[in-house]
Amino acid sequence: MSDRFLQGAHARTAAQGDSGDSTHGSAGPAGEAGTVTSTGTTDGGAGRDPFLVVDHLSVRFPTHDGLVQAVTDLSYTVRQGQTLGIVGESGSGKSVSSMAVLGLHNPKSTRLEGSITVGGQEVVGADDATMRKLRGKEVAMIFQDPLTALHPFYTIGQQITEAYRIHNDVSKGDAKKRAIEMLDRVGIPQARSRVDDFPHQFSGGMRQRAMIAMALVNDPKLVIADEPTTALDVTVQAQILDLLQDLQREFNSAIIIITHDLGVIAEMADDVLVMYGGRAVETGPTKLILTHPEMPYTWGLLSSVADVAADTNVRLIPIPGNPPSLLNPPSGCPFHPRCAHRDKVPGDLCVTTLPELLPAKVGEQHLRRCHLPDPEAIYRTEVLPEIAPELHDDEVAG
Amino acid sequence: MFGFIVRRLMSSALVVILTSMFVFALFFLGPSDPARPLCDLNGKCTPEKLQVLTEQMGFDQPVAQQYLTWAKGLFHDRTITMGGTYHCDAPCLGISYSSRNEVTAELKQKYPATLSLAIGGALIYLVVGTILGTLAAKVRGTAADRGLVGASLVISSIPYYVVALLAWIYLSLQWGIFPDTSYHPITTDGVGPWFWGLLLPWMVLGLTNSTQYARFSRGQMVETLGEDYIRTATAKGLRTNRVVFKHALRAAIVPVITIFGLDFAYLLVGTVFTETIFDIDGIGRWGIRALRAPVDFPVVACTVLVGAVIIVIANLIVDILYSVIDPRVRVS
Repeated sequence: MSDRFLQGAHARTAAQGDSGDSTHGSAGPAGEAGTVTSTGTTDGGAGRDPFLVVDHLSVRFPTHDGLVQAVTDLSYTVRQGQTLGIVGESGSGKSVSSMAVLGLHNPKSTRLEGSITVGGQEVVGADDATMRKLRGKEVAMIFQDPLTALHPFYTIGQQITEAYRIHNDVSKGDAKKRAIEMLDRVGIPQARSRVDDFPHQFSGGMRQRAMIAMALVNDPKLVIADEPTTALDVTVQAQILDLLQDLQREFNSAIIIITHDLGVIAEMADDVLVMYGGRAVETGPTKLILTHPEMPYTWGLLSSVADVAADTNVRLIPIPGNPPSLLNPPSGCPFHPRCAHRDKVPGDLCVTTLPELLPAKVGEQHLRRCHLPDPEAIYRTEVLPEIAPELHDDEVAG
Repeated sequence: MFGFIVRRLMSSALVVILTSMFVFALFFLGPSDPARPLCDLNGKCTPEKLQVLTEQMGFDQPVAQQYLTWAKGLFHDRTITMGGTYHCDAPCLGISYSSRNEVTAELKQKYPATLSLAIGGALIYLVVGTILGTLAAKVRGTAADRGLVGASLVISSIPYYVVALLAWIYLSLQWGIFPDTSYHPITTDGVGPWFWGLLLPWMVLGLTNSTQYARFSRGQMVETLGEDYIRTATAKGLRTNRVVFKHALRAAIVPVITIFGLDFAYLLVGTVFTETIFDIDGIGRWGIRALRAPVDFPVVACTVLVGAVIIVIANLIVDILYSVIDPRVRVS
C-alpha cells in the first residue's frame, strides 16, 4: 500500500518532528483556533471547554436473545472548531454512540448509562422538551444516504424551511429566503428555483448538499456527519468534504465525522477515535494515529485500504475473521480472536484481561488498548514494511 | 395531470364496456333460454308463449345485434315489447321483468340509499382504521398495541353478517338504542332522519371493516417509522406527534389508499348484507332479489354495470389521490 494520505501524514510529522514543539495534543484545536480568529470570531475562552463531553457512555439494547452491548464505556470530547473522526467497521458502535448524543434511540428499547453533556446540558435521561431544543439547533446531523434521509413527498425547500421554523419564530416567506440562502451557500446552482424541487429531482451530490444546508440552517455548534460521503461518487465525495471544511471555518462549529474510510479521516479530522466491538481501542491526534498506530486493529484498518495509485505488487491485507458478537462479546481484549500478534503477549492475557486505555509510546493524548509490550516497534519493523515498503525504506534510509 | 386524467377516463370507459359485454354474454351463452324467466312469470309457460316472447324480445337475433340494441338504449329512447308494449326513455337499460318499470327509473330511486351507506361506512373504516393503526404503531410493543391487534383479529374473524345481525337484534330491537334503522331520503325527510336512520348501519359496516385497516395501517406505519427520513425529522427537533402524523402518516397512507380502492368491490358486497339486515331499499337488495328465479335479467345487468362504474370511479379517485400525495407519481 502506498496511500497518499499515509505518505502525506508521514511527511508532515517528519517536517515538524524536530522543531521541539509538540505537534499534537492541543496543536489541532490551536491551529483551528487561529483560523477562527481570522474569520472574526471573538469568542475568546469558549474554545477551551469541550462543547461535547461523552463520559463512560454505554448503550445497550435488550433483545429476545439477550443484551446487545452496542457501546461500552466510551469517553471522548469535542471542542468548537475541532473535528473528531470516529472510525470502525460496521457494528463497532460508531453510529450508535453519536445517535445517543441527539437522543435518537427509542428510550423504551435502549439502556443508556454514563453521561453526555452538550454545552453543559446533560442529555442522558433528559426529557423530550429539552432534547427538542438541542436537536437541529445546538446539534445537527447529516445522514449517510441523502435519498432515504430526505422525505420523498416534501420539497427541499419545505424540509429546510421546517427545520428553520422549529427553532426560529419567522414567517414562511422569511424562512424560505433563508432556505434559498443556505442552498446557495452549499453550492446548489439556481437555488431560487431549485428550492421547490423534490429530492428525487436532485442528483446524489446535490441531495447531500441540501442535507448539509438543512443541518446548518440553524448554525448548530456541533455537526455530526454519519458517513456523509459513503453513498456518493468518488468525485463528489471530495467536494462534499471540502464544503464541510469551508463551512466549519465559517461557522466555527465542532464536527464529528463517522466513517470507515481512513482517507476521509486523513482529510478531515484533527483527532481520531478508533472503535472496535463498541469500545474505543485507540484515540489521539490524526497524524499520530496514521503514522504511529499502536493497536493491531488500527494496523488492520491501514492495511486494508485500497489505493488506485498503489504499486500493483503490494497486496491489500484484509483483517481475518468477522466483527465480534455484541451479544456475547469475546473475553479479554475484544480484538484477540482476530489478532495476528496475540502470541507476542506472554500468557493468555489477551484472552482473560481487557487491556486498559493507556498512553502510547509516541505522542501525548495518544491512548490505545493493547497488551503488546512494545507495539510501536512491532508496527515499525513488521507491519509497515508489508503495507508500505517504500515508506519503510525511506525511514530506514533517513 | 390533465392528460393523465383523460387517459385514465378512457381506460375506465373500456373497463365498463367490457364488463357490460361480459354480463351480457353470461346470460346468452349460459345453458338456459333467456326468454324462459319472462315466460315463467305469468301463468304456465307454453311452447307457443315462449315462441312469441322470443320473437318479441329479439332473442332469435345474433347476440352481438342484441347487445348493440341494448347499448343503444343508453342514448336513444326504446320501445320494448314483452307481452305488453313499454316505452323506455334514454338512458334505457330495459324494463324490469317483475315490476314492469324502467330499470333506470328504479335505479334512480335506489342508488342514493346505497351510496349514502357505502360512502359513510367507507369514511368510518378508513378514518377510524388509519387512526387506530397509527396510534398502535406509535406505542408498538405495549399492552395497548397488543390489545388493539388482538381485538381486531377477534372482530374480523366473526363473519360480517353475524355482527350486523347481532347489532340489529340487540342495539335496535332489544335495547332500542337505535329504534329506527332505515333509509330516509335526505331530499324529502331532511338531514336528521337520514343521519340517525343510517347511523347504526354505518357503524356496523365501518367499525367491523376498520379492524383490518387498523392492522394494515399499523404495519405500514411501523415500517415507515423505521425510515431514515423519520429519523431526520426527529433530529430536526420536531414534536413526536408532528413526526408521526405529518411525516410518517403521509408516506404510510399510500398503500392503505391502494387497498381502499381495491376493497370497494367488497364494500359493495357488504352493503348487500347491510341493506338486507337493516331493511334498506338499495341497489344491493334490489340486485339480490333480481337474481332469484325467475331471473330479472335487465335489473341484474344494471346492478353489475353500476357496480363496475362505482369501482372504476373509486379507483380513478385513488389514482388522482396518489399523485396528490406522492410527487414522484406526478412527474412520471
